[in-house]
Amino acid sequence: MHGFDFEIIIRTAPYLFTVGLMFTLKLTVLSTIGAIILGTLLAIMRLSSNRAVSAVAGGYVNLMRALPLILIIFWFYFLVPYIVGWLTQAGRPIAVGGFTSALITFTLFEAAYFCEIVRAGIQSVPRGQLDAGYAIGLSFRQVMSYVVLPQAFRKMTPLLLTQVIVIFQDTSLVYVLSLTDFLGAANNVAQRDGRLVEMFVFAAVVYFLISYAASRSVKMLERRSNAAGA
Amino acid sequence: MIEFKNVSKWYGSFQVLNDCSISINAGQVVVVCGPSGSGKSTLIKTANALEPFQKGEILIDGVSVGARKTNLPQLRARIGMVFQHFELFPHLSVMRNLELAQVKVLGRTADEANQRGRSLLERVGLSAHMDKFPGQLSGGQQQRVAIARALAMDPIAMLFDEPTSALDPEMVNEVLDVMVDLAKEGMTMMVVTHEMGFARKVADRVIFMDEGAIVEDCSKDEFFERPEELSDRAKLFLSKILTH
Amino acid sequence: MNYNWNWMVFWEMAPDGVHTYMGTLIQGLYWTVGVSIVAWCIALLVGGIVGVFGTTGNAWVERFCAGYVELFRNVPLLVQMFLWYFVFPEVVPARLGEFIKTADPAWSTFWTAAVCLGLFTSSRIAVQIQAGIRALPAGQPMAATALGLTRPQVYRYVLLPLTVRMILPPMASEALNLIKNSSVAFTIGLLEITGAARSMQEFTFQIFESFAAATVLYVAINIVVVLLMRYLEKRLSVPGFIGQPR
Repeated sequence: MHGFDFEIIIRTAPYLFTVGLMFTLKLTVLSTIGAIILGTLLAIMRLSSNRAVSAVAGGYVNLMRALPLILIIFWFYFLVPYIVGWLTQAGRPIAVGGFTSALITFTLFEAAYFCEIVRAGIQSVPRGQLDAGYAIGLSFRQVMSYVVLPQAFRKMTPLLLTQVIVIFQDTSLVYVLSLTDFLGAANNVAQRDGRLVEMFVFAAVVYFLISYAASRSVKMLERRSNAAGA
Repeated sequence: MIEFKNVSKWYGSFQVLNDCSISINAGQVVVVCGPSGSGKSTLIKTANALEPFQKGEILIDGVSVGARKTNLPQLRARIGMVFQHFELFPHLSVMRNLELAQVKVLGRTADEANQRGRSLLERVGLSAHMDKFPGQLSGGQQQRVAIARALAMDPIAMLFDEPTSALDPEMVNEVLDVMVDLAKEGMTMMVVTHEMGFARKVADRVIFMDEGAIVEDCSKDEFFERPEELSDRAKLFLSKILTH
Repeated sequence: MNYNWNWMVFWEMAPDGVHTYMGTLIQGLYWTVGVSIVAWCIALLVGGIVGVFGTTGNAWVERFCAGYVELFRNVPLLVQMFLWYFVFPEVVPARLGEFIKTADPAWSTFWTAAVCLGLFTSSRIAVQIQAGIRALPAGQPMAATALGLTRPQVYRYVLLPLTVRMILPPMASEALNLIKNSSVAFTIGLLEITGAARSMQEFTFQIFESFAAATVLYVAINIVVVLLMRYLEKRLSVPGFIGQPR
């Protein structure tokens, strides 16, 4: 095997990080925010005593969790323009751009996973807490916002953070839309300069370092919050 | 039969056993009692090498427990142990629980193991449950099966680690009765327990431990008939547990 | 809006001239199931070994097993797939590399995907097994040891049977994850379900029909696996044990 070409990595690193990694991080952060909000909503719906509401939420979550992310990426990539066209009465599909499509996809997809985490968290809060909240006169929304959800989230934080790391890794799949996330950028360089080995190894190393550092931080956070008597 | 010679054990820098020496002859029943944290459970677990120890020596029928060349599985097969939480194997039926070690460790045939298992189940009064699973039995029943499981190995001695502490009060006697019968048949027994009624009935000696050390080691009569000669710590402990 | 629905497109001939589009999708199903089964076997074997050895208490072995798990869980699956497909043939001894590169592409993509998916999933299975073994009450291995069973016997007759029953539900979801992850293999050219649907979409422009078919297939596989797991749970169930009726 001919020598490993470090020079190309050094030369293209600025591009990889400022374009590729930025895209990845933006997608990760924005879809996380959206997915947590939607996921929490779905969790509350699933726990509702209204059969129809919980069935709808349950059906959505089960469907999302049964399908591969790549397939869902394709679905939304083609579906969203039609929906936007229909919503705006344009009569034809409106192009929305790769990033937007990916953002919608990841938000809707990961929301199903966050839903399950939040649901478990809510169910782990003792029933007595809910009762106590009602007993002092709080409404459902108030009990949820001030009593149940804060406790649930405190317990779930490590799991939520771990899911964020999963999202960070999942974003690499936008490759199938030829978007320029970190892997996409590395791939561009690899194809253009014929340096597949160097670029993919470098991409793997960077993903590894970021994910590993993030998961160690989560573990440390967990340990500290356990020690504080959470 | 069982000899502890100056046994000491540390967890890190914390000493859990302090120079313990006990001699148990064949056929003797020795009861070990003491407050929690006194090291009595740890001590009994060193006897079959479930817990390692750093100083001293333990001899089972002349075989050194700590020696490197000792075949531990074979040694353990000769000593039976009964645990506080029964520890029957939940995925195996009662019969299989009794047969497993007979076949795998002693090399008995399936039939021999089955026969032995049946006769022991009958002895502890549980023949009807032989195909049931541990999850379907009460605590007292499980513990009796656990005793049968240990006896199935035809041990030369039996170790009991707080065998009735995890049982509801109404089930304690069914287990103690089995143990009393065992003692009367001449089994060498080392029993960690708070059940002083049992000690009074069948113990030959009573050992009191506190903070990792053996404070009292005297005959049953001395322990119960002449309590004023006991150390203060033993007296204090006795007064606390004898009130019920 | 101007989308022409055409559900009959499934019966039109695909560009390869041999299969209808329905045929290519069924071919895709075979590839998906095939690569998943092979990968699952690899995952169970390797993951089982790593998981069990990670609990033996030997510091170096445990560290190695932990490292193995971290390696596979911190790199995205797609990147791993590319490493196996593009990089692996370059870094192995020349003869093996040549063999891989000149092999029939259908099989080289299949085996590359199977090994990649298998090892990726093996790290997750190792974690499940370790968690299961550690969750067993400490008294169980102690009681088994007290009876005189050797270490391997303790694992074989007590720890593993109990652990397997305990981790069946998480294992079921790992199996489903594996099947979903097989879709990533389409990026290296394996014509499994997603790849077949994508190819059909590109040729016929019947976007929603193509992907709807893929969706139906994945949901069907999902249902089969869930039923299979439920059957397994029932077969292995022990009365009175962890949530089973007495």
